[in-house]
Amino acid sequence: MSGVRVLVGTHKGAFVLNSDGKRKNWTVSGPFFAGWEIYHMKGSPVDPDRIYVSQTSGWFGQLIQRSDDGGKTWHQPGLPNEAIPAPGPPAALPNRFVYDASPETGKPLTTHQWYDGTQHPWEFKRVWHIEPSLTDAEIVYAGVEDAALFRSTDGGEKWQELSGLRGHGTGSKWQPGAGGLGLHTILLDPTDPKRIYIAISAAGAFRTNDGGATWKPINKGLRSQYIPDPNAEIGHCVHHVAMHRSRPDVLFMQKHWDVMRTDDAGENWREVSGNLPTDFGFAIDVHAHEPETLYVVPIKSDSEHYPLDGKLRVYRSRTGGNEWEPLAKGLPEKDCYVNVLRDAMAVDTLDDCGIYFGTTGGQVYASSDSGDSWDPIVRDLPAVLSVEVQTLS
Amino acid sequence: MLSEAAKTGAATVRVALPFHLRNLAHVEGDVALEVAAPVTIRAVLDALEARYPMLRGTIREYETGNRRAFLRFFACEEDWSLESPDKLLPDAVASGREPLLILGAIAGG
Repeated sequence: MSGVRVLVGTHKGAFVLNSDGKRKNWTVSGPFFAGWEIYHMKGSPVDPDRIYVSQTSGWFGQLIQRSDDGGKTWHQPGLPNEAIPAPGPPAALPNRFVYDASPETGKPLTTHQWYDGTQHPWEFKRVWHIEPSLTDAEIVYAGVEDAALFRSTDGGEKWQELSGLRGHGTGSKWQPGAGGLGLHTILLDPTDPKRIYIAISAAGAFRTNDGGATWKPINKGLRSQYIPDPNAEIGHCVHHVAMHRSRPDVLFMQKHWDVMRTDDAGENWREVSGNLPTDFGFAIDVHAHEPETLYVVPIKSDSEHYPLDGKLRVYRSRTGGNEWEPLAKGLPEKDCYVNVLRDAMAVDTLDDCGIYFGTTGGQVYASSDSGDSWDPIVRDLPAVLSVEVQTLS
Repeated sequence: MLSEAAKTGAATVRVALPFHLRNLAHVEGDVALEVAAPVTIRAVLDALEARYPMLRGTIREYETGNRRAFLRFFACEEDWSLESPDKLLPDAVASGREPLLILGAIAGG
């Protein structure tokens, strides 16, 4: 019997929502890590019981938690999961994210651009996004603020920066978006383990073809009103990027404004906002079985982070963009002023495809018919920061 | 006036952790630690992190060893946050009569 597990990171803890394959009746577990900000949690495609969590706090810093039993129990990788460890010096350095400035493997890059254009020290703040490897449950990537990409090869215990990204040449010009200088998107190419796409607010999108050693900005065709140079290599406020695993050369992007598409692995982008009522937004995702069907949640503007006219709508394109239809059945018709954040939409791989998204009002909505109709799984969680879905066999 | 225990030997020191760190360390109430003299904030935190390694990085920054910006240390109703971590703690804390308080700053909101 198939099932679905929805992993929900919120402003005040983590929640795990479970259902069988019918996706009608749900159980809600949590809060886990109550009171902490859970920026992201995601399961390993190799081992669905392996779930990684970014647990963060302005007071206490960054923690990584891991479950090896599908979310029933959790521990910090490298540390025993009991109250009193064995005597002796600590063997592990949990949660240690250190920018690589070593002469051997790192880059002597110490500053990036601040909001006012001055240079500012690179400071680790938190992990925005966790991306487990497609082939090895022990390998996991972390996108962090201030923007950098880290990798662990031991299940999240030790982390090494892939410093070729920050050091590729434009790093000193990267400037934070309103929410910080966060690396929020990591897409692993299922057909080529050495090819990775990442995106940073507000630097843009980047690609490596050699497993993270060298990187290339891939922002040609993006237009941002606040950048005078239409050919600017970096500086674009990319909100999120999505890919269908069968077509890793095709990417869909929700930029600050504009929904964009590339068919050549990011070499060239073109706008596919089409008839969207507003093309500002954060979340974007692709149908599990139809690589030309995509979903966005239009948000009124960068000054008003809520749906147009108080009506929450998902928009679907079955043509790879440009032609969009509103999906409203089951969603609020009035007085809805929530936001849907960049990592808060995901799909399952059942037939018919399930679509899920969470709101800053604490609702998690699910559709079990590719978006035609929606129901809230849960209505009153803390503000939802991220939603990921595991399809269980 | 410092006790001999604060200067030499070992003492049992009590540490009061904030709610989230108690949960993280799986403890309730104050933590009692054997701390080798001299009993300073650095010595207490070293002992705390050795016994509860899940707290590493949550009170002091990994790289600098400095107190995290939004945490405060109090001893005998006095703010020790900006004191040298190598300053001897008051006798009442070094002897375990009073706890070393670790608090999250900016309460409420």
